[in-house]
Amino acid sequence: MLLTVVVFLPLLAAGVLVAAPGLAGRAAIGLWVAASAVDLLLVGWMWWRFEPGTGASGVVDGLAYEVDLQWIPTVDAGYHIGVDGLSLPLLALTGVLFLACAVYSLREPDRPRTYAALFLFLQSACLGTFASLDLILFFVFFDLTIVGMYFVIAGWGHGDARRSALKFFLYTFIGSLALLVGFIGLFLGSEERTFDMVALAADPPLADSPLAGGLVLLAIGLGLAVKTPLFPFHTWLPDAHTDAPAAGSAVLAGILLKLGTYGFVRIAMPILPDAWQRWAMVAVIVGVISVLWGAFVALAQTDVKRMIAYTSVNHMGYVLLGLGAAGLVASADEGARTVATVGAMYQMVSHGLLTGALFLLSGWFWSHGHTYAFDRWGGLARPAPVFAACLAVAAFGSLGLPGFSGFIAEFQVFTGALQATPVATVIAVVGILVTAGLFLLALQRLLTGDTTVPSAEPEDGGESVRPEEEPARAGRAVATTVRPPTATRIRDLRGHETASIVPLLALALVLGLLPRVLLDVLEPAAAAVVELVAR
Amino acid sequence: MTGMSGGAEAWPALLPEALLLLGAVGGLLLGLWTPQRRQWRVRLLVTAACLASAAAAALALPGPAERVFEGTWVVDPTTGVVRIVVALGVAVLVWMAAPSVAGHPRETEAYVLMLLGGLGTVALAASGDLLLLVAAYLLTSVPLYALAGFAKDPRGTEATMKYYLMGAFVGVLLLVGVAALVLASGTTGYVDLAALLPGASPALLAVGVLGVLAGVAFKAGAVPVHFWVPDVTAGTTPPMAAYITTIPKIGAVAAAFRLLAEPFAGLPLDVPMLVAVIAAVSMTLGNLAAFAQTDVLRLLAYSTISQVGYLLMVVAVASRSDLAVSALAVYLAGYAITNIGAFAAVAATPAARTITDWATAVARHRWLVMSLVVCLLGLVGTPPTAVFVGKLAVFVAAWDGALAWLVVVAAVNTVASLFYYLRWIAPAFAGVPAAPVTAEGPVRTGPRTAAGTAQEVRGTPAVILHAAAVGSVLLGVGAGVWLSVASGAD
Repeated sequence: MLLTVVVFLPLLAAGVLVAAPGLAGRAAIGLWVAASAVDLLLVGWMWWRFEPGTGASGVVDGLAYEVDLQWIPTVDAGYHIGVDGLSLPLLALTGVLFLACAVYSLREPDRPRTYAALFLFLQSACLGTFASLDLILFFVFFDLTIVGMYFVIAGWGHGDARRSALKFFLYTFIGSLALLVGFIGLFLGSEERTFDMVALAADPPLADSPLAGGLVLLAIGLGLAVKTPLFPFHTWLPDAHTDAPAAGSAVLAGILLKLGTYGFVRIAMPILPDAWQRWAMVAVIVGVISVLWGAFVALAQTDVKRMIAYTSVNHMGYVLLGLGAAGLVASADEGARTVATVGAMYQMVSHGLLTGALFLLSGWFWSHGHTYAFDRWGGLARPAPVFAACLAVAAFGSLGLPGFSGFIAEFQVFTGALQATPVATVIAVVGILVTAGLFLLALQRLLTGDTTVPSAEPEDGGESVRPEEEPARAGRAVATTVRPPTATRIRDLRGHETASIVPLLALALVLGLLPRVLLDVLEPAAAAVVELVAR
Repeated sequence: MTGMSGGAEAWPALLPEALLLLGAVGGLLLGLWTPQRRQWRVRLLVTAACLASAAAAALALPGPAERVFEGTWVVDPTTGVVRIVVALGVAVLVWMAAPSVAGHPRETEAYVLMLLGGLGTVALAASGDLLLLVAAYLLTSVPLYALAGFAKDPRGTEATMKYYLMGAFVGVLLLVGVAALVLASGTTGYVDLAALLPGASPALLAVGVLGVLAGVAFKAGAVPVHFWVPDVTAGTTPPMAAYITTIPKIGAVAAAFRLLAEPFAGLPLDVPMLVAVIAAVSMTLGNLAAFAQTDVLRLLAYSTISQVGYLLMVVAVASRSDLAVSALAVYLAGYAITNIGAFAAVAATPAARTITDWATAVARHRWLVMSLVVCLLGLVGTPPTAVFVGKLAVFVAAWDGALAWLVVVAAVNTVASLFYYLRWIAPAFAGVPAAPVTAEGPVRTGPRTAAGTAQEVRGTPAVILHAAAVGSVLLGVGAGVWLSVASGAD
């Protein structure tokens, strides 16, 4: 019941926002912040009451806050939700990141009420996906995240937002339909004809038909790979990120990409253990290619946001490497495979926090100069020290500096995967070096040297200040707008922006210094997944 | 399965149909003695007849499946579902048509014809005999010819002409098919046909199957007899277009389902494969043709052709999968609600024909856009709408009936369909905020404001659109309830 409230509370708030057309913009955003905060508190309460590793550890049994209701009886699809060590960290991440986005958007000038309602809708969809224990329910929420994100990009994006939004929708929709086909295959292949994940994982379908199992895994893997995204299905990602609003990008990278990797852990591995073992090497290879491809292409970018987007491909590659290694049962012992799985899960949380922060920071570039191009910015450390400090911390965290959560995650992935696939792991380590190089290069270009900022007029013809925003801004900031476009014009992070970004970085630091907080929850569930895969 | 009975004691089984007929006759008589401006009374009567019919059908659903009047009329869950959906659909469509026919000299006739077409649709779905099938075909066709050209404008007349010629031509094919089947078996009842046809000559069977399937495919608007759909849809008024693309389709698909499940089940020909190919071609051609459309009615017309493709998937596996009946029940209901909703969006703004016009016309009506988004995404099959549940059930049934390739084709087509629905959604959604932000801010009386007020938005269709959007989501979420109702005592 509590979990149902957690999932649908944001949707309820969204309904209130939509139904109250007279609500002022600030009040709407205030309601959004309040709803997200309450939701995060409830998730926190769930975490507090959650007792990992006592007896059953999750996936097939020992699920907390479980609700199981009939929905479509003829195909045995139900409203089955629950929490275990795999989903709880991601539910918490969703709560944290959406609250951060809410705080970040406190002064959203453009249709704030609809914007807040859309994000709340999106939050419900994301929470629902992570909580689902039924394939069809998972698919329902999974698809709704696509719809919500489409409208966020199409309605509030910049640049060629409509085209990017369409590309995003089409790509991920293809993925979701492949996923649906795979789910139907699981349903028809299962003994008792059910869409229930727990029942399917307990009694894996298609165990005795490797061809059918492989094809179903192919369909599911394809669907999840588009979402994750893995090479070569990642091409929607940079466009969608570049043109999305900052908060939208943060949610897209921080949460929506995790739906893909979470699907691998929750669905592909426990339900198709046989096929996963057989094809684990493909996962490893695709993971390593994504690591390298993401890193090198990111290195070549001339656009800050595209660069961050490509590092997401790189970071998700590590997750796949870890999960693939967990399937190489013959060549590694259970301990190593568990470490790899834990590392992959840890990476999901860590990437959500750090990349979320990076994308929120990238919004600063757009709001000040309407461009993300590297060559238009420089020496920002002097005029905007807080911004520069946050960017540096996020970048160092993202490149895997010890002390941050990213280090714990990547270290575990490599340790776990080394025994199973030494060659692939060593190649993947190159990715770390490239990422380190590109982040340092980016920091050097943006923060050091002489201060350069784009001229006041955005040359792409876009409106720099929206008409209805003008009078409000004129009174407050007239001193800054009339000045010539020099370095001093640049304003540092505003209070609410800082308040949204710093907690994310702080959490990444906490998880880097005190990893047990998260490991205690993750480890039993990861061990259960590894055990299920090894069947 | 068959409590064969004939004569007077079978009449109660046909209560829903009798109520529709009573409504039609009563409406006609009432219309004769009602002044021109009080014709809304007829509308009320017709609506009451539809609701009563739906209620009677719902009450009859849990009863046992039976064949009445010497096996010609089948009363089973599929018939029951069609009865309910058609009766409710006609009731809604009468109200949708009301703003455009109110005050028309032949207002009563429009309502009565709609009711009679609905009756024919139910007969189509319930027929357990080839001759009744032919009669039902005519009863669903003739009133619709009149309705298509109701406005008597050049476009409507041309559309009616095309519809009529095509209908007459396919009617002949249907008769040839029926004749061939009678020749092959010497009987017209489905039960006897199922027993006798497997032993007949394959050539005769092929002619018979092709002819009969052509008849139902025409009513369903499936490829290759779909050419009338876009022209009629775009030529007639939006409410009539909604009627023509929704109501007869339901009956035709149910009739095809019954044909495949009973007389054509054990044939030496691979009829399911033929239907599967028709399904695949329908959805593909419908989607491809819809890509380039800028006229909302034509776009919706091609969308209905592709929707029939998905519906025919379940027809193909009618005799092969236990899941087919429930899949048909949920998809038919979902399709009816969603399609009526999408057409209601067009009916709400009668002056707007293109996508851009429509987006401009509803610039001040955010709720309309929102409901349209729900309906169009519903047609794509986005959860949790009714069509999503229908699609899921249809995909499962088709795969279960060993047509996995068709499921893949359908999944690819679903993605393709998203593209053109988004072509409508995107300007509508983006156009809404653009108006207040760019034109309203500093200059209050821009040209856009004038254009905005010039476009009227009709109230009744708008209400129907909202209701359809809500209904589509409710039916999706409550699919379990609907299925348990629809499966009756099965």
